[in-house]
Amino acid sequence: MDWTASLQGLIGGILIGLSATWLMATLGRIAGISGIVGNLVTQRPKGDSAWRVTFVLGLISGPLLLMALGGDLGNVVGRPGAVVGEPAGGVAMMLLAGVLVGVGTGLGSGCTSGHGVCGLARLSQRSIAATGVFLGCAIFTVYIVRHVVGGGV
Amino acid sequence: MRTLMGYIAGLLFGLGLAISGMTDPARVLGFLDIAGRWDPTLMFVLGGAVVTTFIGYRLVFKRLKPLWGDAFQLPTRQDLDAKLLGGAALFGIGWGLSGYCPGPAIASIGGLTLPLFAMLIAMVLGWFAARRLSAS
Repeated sequence: MDWTASLQGLIGGILIGLSATWLMATLGRIAGISGIVGNLVTQRPKGDSAWRVTFVLGLISGPLLLMALGGDLGNVVGRPGAVVGEPAGGVAMMLLAGVLVGVGTGLGSGCTSGHGVCGLARLSQRSIAATGVFLGCAIFTVYIVRHVVGGGV
Repeated sequence: MRTLMGYIAGLLFGLGLAISGMTDPARVLGFLDIAGRWDPTLMFVLGGAVVTTFIGYRLVFKRLKPLWGDAFQLPTRQDLDAKLLGGAALFGIGWGLSGYCPGPAIASIGGLTLPLFAMLIAMVLGWFAARRLSAS
């Protein structure tokens, strides 16, 4: 097992938890990316948009900061020094995946952060159910793609 | 001040995603591939994030309201419905195909590729479509 990768995962996870705690302590909001960004782009809520914009800028500048520091803190599989990994598919597959992720998180009111992190931490029944369903469907999808269609990569 | 607080939260989140390797779809797909060479990294990320948030929220909720806001805005619904579970299922399929959920997809803009750009555009269109579906 790659203990360095796991340790970095734990440290990164704690930072994500601190972010969620910070956003609740200061603005009283759930740190759910699909909610913060989805509502920003589809509704541009009056008087409630500026913090969403700066949140997104912060989200993008985190990885950029690591790149500026030389990338040693990145955790990309098999590529020391890289911060952002390569997409798993081409444009067509990513268009399909993007629509599913957008429609799914929109209808389901949350993604890995809103339901998976904040919702589980609040012991919300809806979030626990949603997280179980999207994790299960994602595992099933990867199984089909890699082991049924792909013949075991 | 609210905008600065939002920026700090976003920055912490982006640093967390990048340090943990969640900006690499291979790490995410490696975790989801339980029949292949399983990569446990995401389990540590989610575990660290949930436990930290669990403790953090308990400290935060000792106050009556947030430092720069009128009230904590928390979901109140408790019921499970088809929209929640069906949406989660569609999201899971998209996540399994790409290895990107919304946070890492947006955080990875610093290393933008054409497939990622396509995904981001499609995701935004998907959000508009979900809004229309919800309204009807």
